[in-house]
Amino acid sequence: MKFTKTLAAAAMGLAFAGGAIAGSHGAPVKAGFIYIGPVGDLGWTYEHDQGRLAVEAAMGDGVETSYVESVPEGADAERVMSQMARSGVDIIFTTSFGYMDPTIAAAENFPDVKFEHATGYKRADNVSTYSARFYEGRYVIGEIAGAMTETNKIGYIASFPIPEVVRGINAAYLAAKSVNPDVEFKVVWVYTWFDPGKEADAANALIEQGVDVIMQHTDSPAAMTIAEEKGVYAFGQATDMVNFGPNAQLTAIIDNWGPYYVDRVQAVADGTWESTDTWDGIGAGMVEIAPLSDKIPADVAARAQATIAAIASGEMHPFTGPINKQDGSVWLAEGEVADDGTLAGMNFYIEGVEGDLPN
Amino acid sequence: MDFSSLSPVAMIVLLIGAATPILLAAIGELVVEKSGVLNLGVEGMMIIGAVCGFIVAVNTDSPMLGLVGAAVGGAVVSMVFAFLTQYLLSNQVATGLALTLFGLGLAALMGSAYNGIRPPRMPRLEVEGLTDLPVVGRLFFSHDPVIYGSLALVFAVWFFLNRTRAGLVLRACGENHEAAHSLGYNVQLIRFGAIMFGGACAGLGGAYVSLVRVPQWTEGMTAGVGWIALAIVVFAAWKPWRVILGAYMFGGITILQLSLQALGISISGAYLSMTPYIVTIVVLVIMSADRKKVSLNAPACLGKSFHASH
Repeated sequence: MKFTKTLAAAAMGLAFAGGAIAGSHGAPVKAGFIYIGPVGDLGWTYEHDQGRLAVEAAMGDGVETSYVESVPEGADAERVMSQMARSGVDIIFTTSFGYMDPTIAAAENFPDVKFEHATGYKRADNVSTYSARFYEGRYVIGEIAGAMTETNKIGYIASFPIPEVVRGINAAYLAAKSVNPDVEFKVVWVYTWFDPGKEADAANALIEQGVDVIMQHTDSPAAMTIAEEKGVYAFGQATDMVNFGPNAQLTAIIDNWGPYYVDRVQAVADGTWESTDTWDGIGAGMVEIAPLSDKIPADVAARAQATIAAIASGEMHPFTGPINKQDGSVWLAEGEVADDGTLAGMNFYIEGVEGDLPN
Repeated sequence: MDFSSLSPVAMIVLLIGAATPILLAAIGELVVEKSGVLNLGVEGMMIIGAVCGFIVAVNTDSPMLGLVGAAVGGAVVSMVFAFLTQYLLSNQVATGLALTLFGLGLAALMGSAYNGIRPPRMPRLEVEGLTDLPVVGRLFFSHDPVIYGSLALVFAVWFFLNRTRAGLVLRACGENHEAAHSLGYNVQLIRFGAIMFGGACAGLGGAYVSLVRVPQWTEGMTAGVGWIALAIVVFAAWKPWRVILGAYMFGGITILQLSLQALGISISGAYLSMTPYIVTIVVLVIMSADRKKVSLNAPACLGKSFHASH
């Protein structure tokens, strides 16, 4: 079945090979998932699919799931969503930022189908949004990175200049700077979520510039593989990538979508689904931090654990003033905490991050 | 801005790595097109090569055997295309596209058990006294065998096409298959062989991605390199040496834009990311502006099916 689906997805989303078999009476809920990359990316999409499997495990015969992978963002995505909706799916999870407008458009055409869009900000009566506070995880790994770098140069492989990614860079920089005032971030934009070759080239280019700790906001473990080969440190993205970098991985930010997906599909089954906006972090368990590598000295590890605990309990917010914007203007005054609205639309670097933010 | 830390040598080493998969796939496709067949399935054959090479290398613990496996895998999957287009006379464009989709799906299926495994390392050339030379050592004597092999292959293809009788016959099939047929050559068999050679080269290119450039297996990891290879063949005007130029230029611009960003040069990354594609398009436009020149270079029977009965 997976094979057929890959074909369909590769056909630029023109065709949708539905996996769900039409149920008769007492029909189970049908949940559809749309993925930006292949399930085998071992990163972002892989974790969403783990969430889908969690729904199957939790609801058993009460649910039928299907998915289409490698769906390009844009008009093709809307076609795939419409196909899925027409095939009788009750709830569709669209799992990439770039599916935002297609999701809204498809939702208008299919008012009876529930949509759940990940990491976006546009909602409707039948469109919920959900995301994880990855920046909390980024703050934790930024702190570790700042302590671990010897060259004081941290490389950051970024995908697209969207708020989600910019927020991650800012949070990581803030944390790294807090433990290492000399730290410098080198950001490389690769303009893709998934291109292992390009991600690897970016990692190599950064290492050539003296970077000894690499962070990534792209979906494949390519950078981790290169870090392992070149003997520098890196962090797993979206999933535990320790297999690819047993020596290189310091820790990983793990996306845990399962509980949320189970809740939402169950709500459809119970008839209690409503349009909501969910943004959970370490505290709620949507963001997890992988076991810390034994390469991390005890004091650094202890501080990281304390930070994780403080963020989880809500005692600490990564974006707490004083923080200036890159141009030196004040963003947050002493003690002020960033509001979710600003964070959700973050389109500026904070003071100290070098380079211009591409539009 | 500090350019001093931008090492041209390091960049060239990186660009060769980025260009080699394109080079291998493009030189194979060049031979296919010279025989008069347009195979748009390069991407599919590459990904099959990537997964076959990976599976063989992991199971035998030998990267070299992995390359052999990749070439065989690419050639075998190309035989599907060859059989359909040469003996069942199916449309080459449609069949080629189908081959890409088929390859991507099949590779995902084959590779599903190989996620998260690290392949054996491809050895790099080390020559006593030469590899350690400053600049020259790293530029010329420090690469893996595939890179030297790919350049040798380009030479071999050039020699074959332009200096051997068999090459002349292959080109004859591409220029005028009726004439080649009337001279007693088996056009279908020759094209079948050319397609298999193209498949083997694409497979090698794919394996270079999964074994050397990013030593890992992830689904869809060739990420469009096959399409670039197709463009490079046209860019090269079907001349083997120009394939090197095209592939290295494409790799070079990709690496340059990543390196400049790593250096902190603030040029909009979006434009830089577009550059390799824009340059390729511009060159294609310039070349096709002179229609006579293009028709001189393009094999006259490119993409046309041949049936011996008429």
